Amino acid sequence: MTNKTLETRQVSRRELFSLFGAGTLAAMGIGIAGPAFADAKAVDAAIAKITGGKAAGSGKITMDVPQIAENGSTVPITVNVDSPMTDASHVKTLHVWADGNPSPEVASFHFTPMSGKAYVSTRIRLAKTQNVVTLAEMSDGSFTMAKAEVKVTIGGCGG
Amino acid sequence: MAKTKARVKAPKSAKKGEAFQIKTLISHKMETGQRKDKKGNKIPRDIINKFVCTYNGKEVFSADWHPAVSANPYLAFYVKAEESGSLEMTWTDDAGKAVKKTAKVTVS
Repeated sequence: MTNKTLETRQVSRRELFSLFGAGTLAAMGIGIAGPAFADAKAVDAAIAKITGGKAAGSGKITMDVPQIAENGSTVPITVNVDSPMTDASHVKTLHVWADGNPSPEVASFHFTPMSGKAYVSTRIRLAKTQNVVTLAEMSDGSFTMAKAEVKVTIGGCGG
Repeated sequence: MAKTKARVKAPKSAKKGEAFQIKTLISHKMETGQRKDKKGNKIPRDIINKFVCTYNGKEVFSADWHPAVSANPYLAFYVKAEESGSLEMTWTDDAGKAVKKTAKVTVS
């Protein structure tokens, strides 16, 4: 009777570590392949939810953002939507997303004809180089959007 | 909200029908919920999530904020008035606590 022995080979320590290492990283939620951040598709989906698939125009939103942000924790952004802001024709809401942040929503601003201008200036956090996307909902049911890339040297989500 | 200071810069007078700019600033950590403490535990989210500006009681402008708004949120916007009145600004955080600031404007 021959002894059937299972052929084994020495599992090197390096292999063990990489096995556990990958497991730990996955458990921490930082997938090597999986996204820990949002992406452009998430923003497209959010936009489609608002527009109901209706096409958004362009050319009406002016976005003033730095080309390079030294500090991702506080990136100044000024947005102006070209609109007469009358009862008949005004911007109802302006949405802002950051397509590379852990969560893409940044803010939504609600205007009324009493706003006078569809203008907003604020400071936002950007985790890394990414696009800031804006979408304006107009009182006549139309939409207009704009996008600007901001290069970020030091990310700003505190992680 | 503990130790939160809010500042408003609005003109004391404005022309009827002419939009004037309001600048606001409030001190707040705007804890995103992404940071970890020394033990590695996530520090829970704690942000101001709503800002509302009314003029003579009527809502003129408001904002919904998410954690991506920077700490010590700065916000500038415009208001157009046809009569004199009072601007009231309210910041509300995740816990429902609110901070209010008012500014009077004479419109002629």
